Amino acid sequence: MILILVLIALIPLSGSRYYVFLGTDILIFGLFAVSLNLLLGYTGLVSFGQAAYFGIGAYSCALLMKRVSLVFPLAFVTAGAFGAIAALIIGFFCVRLTKIYFAMLTLAFSQIVWALAFKWNSLTGGDTGFIGIPFPQYLDSRTRYYYFTFAVVAFSLFIILKIINSPFGRILTTIRENPERTEFIGINVKLFQLVAFMISGFFSAIAGALFGVFNHSVFPDTLFWPASAEVLIMAILGGMYSFFGPVVGAAVLLYLRMQVATYTQYWPLILGTILAVLLFFFPGGIVGFVQTRFAVLRGSR
Amino acid sequence: MILTVENVKKSFDGFVAVNRVSFSVEKGELCSIIGPNGAGKTTLFNLITGHLPVDEGKVIFNGIETTHMHAYEICRLGMGRSFQRINIFPRLTVFENIQAALLAHRGKSFDFFTTVEPLFNEETEAILERVGLQDHRDVMSGSLAYGFQKQLELGIVLAGEPAMLLLDEPTSGMSARETNSTIELIGRIAREKGFTLLFTEHDMAVVFSISERILVLHQGQLIAEGSPEEVRANPDVKKVYLGEAR
Repeated sequence: MILILVLIALIPLSGSRYYVFLGTDILIFGLFAVSLNLLLGYTGLVSFGQAAYFGIGAYSCALLMKRVSLVFPLAFVTAGAFGAIAALIIGFFCVRLTKIYFAMLTLAFSQIVWALAFKWNSLTGGDTGFIGIPFPQYLDSRTRYYYFTFAVVAFSLFIILKIINSPFGRILTTIRENPERTEFIGINVKLFQLVAFMISGFFSAIAGALFGVFNHSVFPDTLFWPASAEVLIMAILGGMYSFFGPVVGAAVLLYLRMQVATYTQYWPLILGTILAVLLFFFPGGIVGFVQTRFAVLRGSR
Repeated sequence: MILTVENVKKSFDGFVAVNRVSFSVEKGELCSIIGPNGAGKTTLFNLITGHLPVDEGKVIFNGIETTHMHAYEICRLGMGRSFQRINIFPRLTVFENIQAALLAHRGKSFDFFTTVEPLFNEETEAILERVGLQDHRDVMSGSLAYGFQKQLELGIVLAGEPAMLLLDEPTSGMSARETNSTIELIGRIAREKGFTLLFTEHDMAVVFSISERILVLHQGQLIAEGSPEEVRANPDVKKVYLGEAR
């Protein structure tokens, strides 16, 4: 664990701009995937519209900085709050439904948010995107921004982990396991789902805010539905029943995509194949697979 | 009266599952509901516990009208329930199953930052011992044997310290030996803690041995109620059960 942390911290010293770029990307999407997995793996809710909150975070942070000239830290935290508020409003309707209907409604709402971003030219720049978001002065290099991202992501993951290991988090897992029984131990299941949805929306928006500034721009694509699918794939690929699984998923997917893109344009084909193999043979994802292997090794000794 | 059910009715797409049923249960009573398959026993339970909305009529629990309350609200008023089909948290350990129920019951569930692990350790152990699962503490509950899972569900219900217990077929799917030990366990706990007990059961020997009062449901209607002797002697009940057997 510490070794991994040190390695991550040392990436910029390698002097490779490529790895700093990739590293920042992985950290951001790692946080995004973990925030989604709070719903997927811990509460048992399949959100198919998580990109909406990521996008809302990206747009609000950017807009607040450029249009309202809010200082970066304030814009950044407010972006998270906007994500949570959006999740409160959208979640209010979604938690009334279950299973596939829940997933479809999250998708429907995320498409509405996407349409807003796409068509509201005067605010978001529409199709051409919102560009020219500067790094704050004190974070004005890729390396500095990398460390900033690292700190924010580490702190966010710490908070999410704390929540997962709290009584609230335990109740979320009982909802995942059996919402009906949870109701009958005296839990307002819908309320808990809504709060989980808001927490997830908050951290997704934080990840989005990091992403917008990192790229100096935000495009409507950020909240289009394939983006929601991609983060779901990250979580499942890495392993949705382990806390760091989604981070591993984000790392593997982003790294592979970069590598594959240099050889072929058939990335979706390769991704699809990986996913199919995974679902059939490694339902616990990469981390789930490694964990059971380790358990077997230990058992045989 | 701890529970009063007044003229409760429920239909599904025109089929009347529970038809104007009225009865009440006194505090501390051990009461059972019997009736042939499809008589509406489980539906009645679902109406009382808020699992299904009531069409007509009234349910009053502990002096509070609960007719249109949510299941979790009724549960918080002190109504515990088990299900005919096992209803536990399969991918949590036995310990975690019980602990979760304690967290909910003791109002700890909205705590975001305390570490959950050591909470209510002793209380959870005590309940595990009560229901005879102390040796299976760290087993994934979904992999327990059937009878143990039933016992675990009973433990989850007990963790809520209910004033009244509704058990839907607590021994369904059990062997004769498991049935006897489970019934003995339930009876013992109910008497010790002074619970009011309302249960459905298919095993007539069990029903007649521990019930103080029996309600007979047939095609959604209450056709008889009384002590085991009275019910046994009731001609309508005989007709329903003999008619079934023929």
